Amino acid sequence: MKTPTESRAVRMPGGLSLRLDVRALAVAVLLAAAALAAGVLLVGTGDAKIAPADVLRTLAGNGTAYQNFIVDELRLPRVLVGLLVGAALGLGGALFQAVSRNPLGSPDVLGLSQGSAAGALVVIVLLSGSAAQVTAGALAGGLVTGALIHLLAWRQGVHGYRLVLVGIGISAILTAVNGYLLTKADLVDAARAVVWMTGSLNGRDWTQVWPLLGLCVVVVPVVLGHARALRMMEMGDDAASALGVPVQRTRLVLMTAAVLLTAAATAAAGPVSFVALTAPQLARRLTRSPGPNLLPSLCMGALLLVAADWASQRAFGADQLPVGVVTGVLGGAYLLWLLVTERRAGRI
Amino acid sequence: MNTPGTPYIPGSTVNRLSAEHVTLAYDQRVIAEELSVEIPDHSFTVIVGPNACGKSTLLRALARMLRPSTGRVLLDGQAIHSLPARKVARTLGLLPQSSVAPDGISVGDLVGRGRYPHQGLLRQWSAEDERIVREAMTRTGVADLADRYVDELSGGQRQRVWIAMTLAQQTPLLLLDEPTTYLDIQHQIDVLDLCAELHESGGRTLVAVLHDLNHAARYATHLVALRDGRVVAEGAPADIVTAELVEEVFGLRCQVIEDPATGTPLVVPASRAARAGRGRAAGVSGTGVS
Repeated sequence: MKTPTESRAVRMPGGLSLRLDVRALAVAVLLAAAALAAGVLLVGTGDAKIAPADVLRTLAGNGTAYQNFIVDELRLPRVLVGLLVGAALGLGGALFQAVSRNPLGSPDVLGLSQGSAAGALVVIVLLSGSAAQVTAGALAGGLVTGALIHLLAWRQGVHGYRLVLVGIGISAILTAVNGYLLTKADLVDAARAVVWMTGSLNGRDWTQVWPLLGLCVVVVPVVLGHARALRMMEMGDDAASALGVPVQRTRLVLMTAAVLLTAAATAAAGPVSFVALTAPQLARRLTRSPGPNLLPSLCMGALLLVAADWASQRAFGADQLPVGVVTGVLGGAYLLWLLVTERRAGRI
Repeated sequence: MNTPGTPYIPGSTVNRLSAEHVTLAYDQRVIAEELSVEIPDHSFTVIVGPNACGKSTLLRALARMLRPSTGRVLLDGQAIHSLPARKVARTLGLLPQSSVAPDGISVGDLVGRGRYPHQGLLRQWSAEDERIVREAMTRTGVADLADRYVDELSGGQRQRVWIAMTLAQQTPLLLLDEPTTYLDIQHQIDVLDLCAELHESGGRTLVAVLHDLNHAARYATHLVALRDGRVVAEGAPADIVTAELVEEVFGLRCQVIEDPATGTPLVVPASRAARAGRGRAAGVSGTGVS
């Protein structure tokens, strides 16, 4: 018998055995490499261009003082924030989609982004707060919205469709609230709010990198530790629970992780649209594996965001766009394509 | 644990699975109160009853899916809800009424998932897992389909694959919630034959909820008839399936004859005319072939 779909069992003495999906692992490694390469390219991009080789030399600590300043102080933190935000959104999106068993179950659709935006807008418009306070407001907004969706969708456990429908409702309400807050704002605050709401990596520095990195270091291993249980839950709650998965607890842990990742990412870069929606689906098409594809989605998210940031700086001539515009345009096109193919396949 | 072949002693408490005075409810809707059921070890127990009598609810409670609001379900002498899910899953398997095969999953992969309760982070796929999965597929006749996608199988084949998955779980107790629903008649018989084989050859205890009373009477070694959340009768089909019982449980006038193929009770609904004349001809059951 062939071991199930392209996975290889690795067995060691002492009863230790691992099961590796070779293709998924290869996809994750290639995507991670591509994301890092795009990151290096991006560090060299800007008014002062630096060749990729020089970027690498500078990162290794052998650059000139000028290169050190440009790379370490100006561009590296921005690229790292981009990588981390993309990774967090990709993983968060994969978790939401797996838990809701719906490719539309993404933070954009569920209203988490709008929740973060509401938090940020309250700080900008009503409190005229500092950048750090805006970040805190966005974080709080995202977390509160996540908790709210979870509470409202909870009825003898959270179910996929209810989660998506409740999320869409919350999203609509929050969009109205955000619109109202914008009309209350004076011109300067409104401009600042709109830029924030588009999602941008401009001016990100080390103070954004560390908290995000810290969160990922804690949350990602917890999530990966629950990956096997999540795989069982694809078959329905009853089947998973018959196999010994504590379904409600697993879902609570994973939803909390997804909300934390998304809220933190949004707080750092604004609601960068569609990355959470597209990354898991693209990753899935590459791995051709039915599973939640957590690691490939994470790497795909990082690649998507850094590539979009590069495009936003280079592709439109002199106009530098916020990265959220690029992901929005690409993601919207992708969403249409998804709807058309799913329709053809008769799934919606 | 009982050794295989231990006879069932009615009223004894040595059975591995039982419900003791349970009240079962969804939200505020009470399905059953003070319900007690013993599942005889090594039996093929079938639970029957009209729609909404609580048979699937009872099965869910026995499988630890539904927590009784009062009373308890006992597995090997312990309250099943006090045991960890994974531990229960090594003793008791359930084939739910509705399961979703993930998109693009192969038969081998799906059956392999039955090994989950025996695996861990550092023991993900042992040689033993592989052997057991292969054996489960052979026993259910799906070994040749191992590399096929589950989506492209017929309903009957798919049900065999799901049963193979629960077999790979290697539990001495196996619960099946309406395993024949949505299947053609030949596949219904096919699945029931498979269940009977598994029951006879492995010393396993099987519990199934079935819709069809004649299938139940033919395959069960122990029958539990439910109505409105209480047990109307339980015992061997030949002992309890009578026209009176069918009328009491299902509200259907009928006669019970001997199944010419197996000798088990066969329920033949009375003709329309005879049923229209109910009340006039009391005691028509078992007499007057029309």
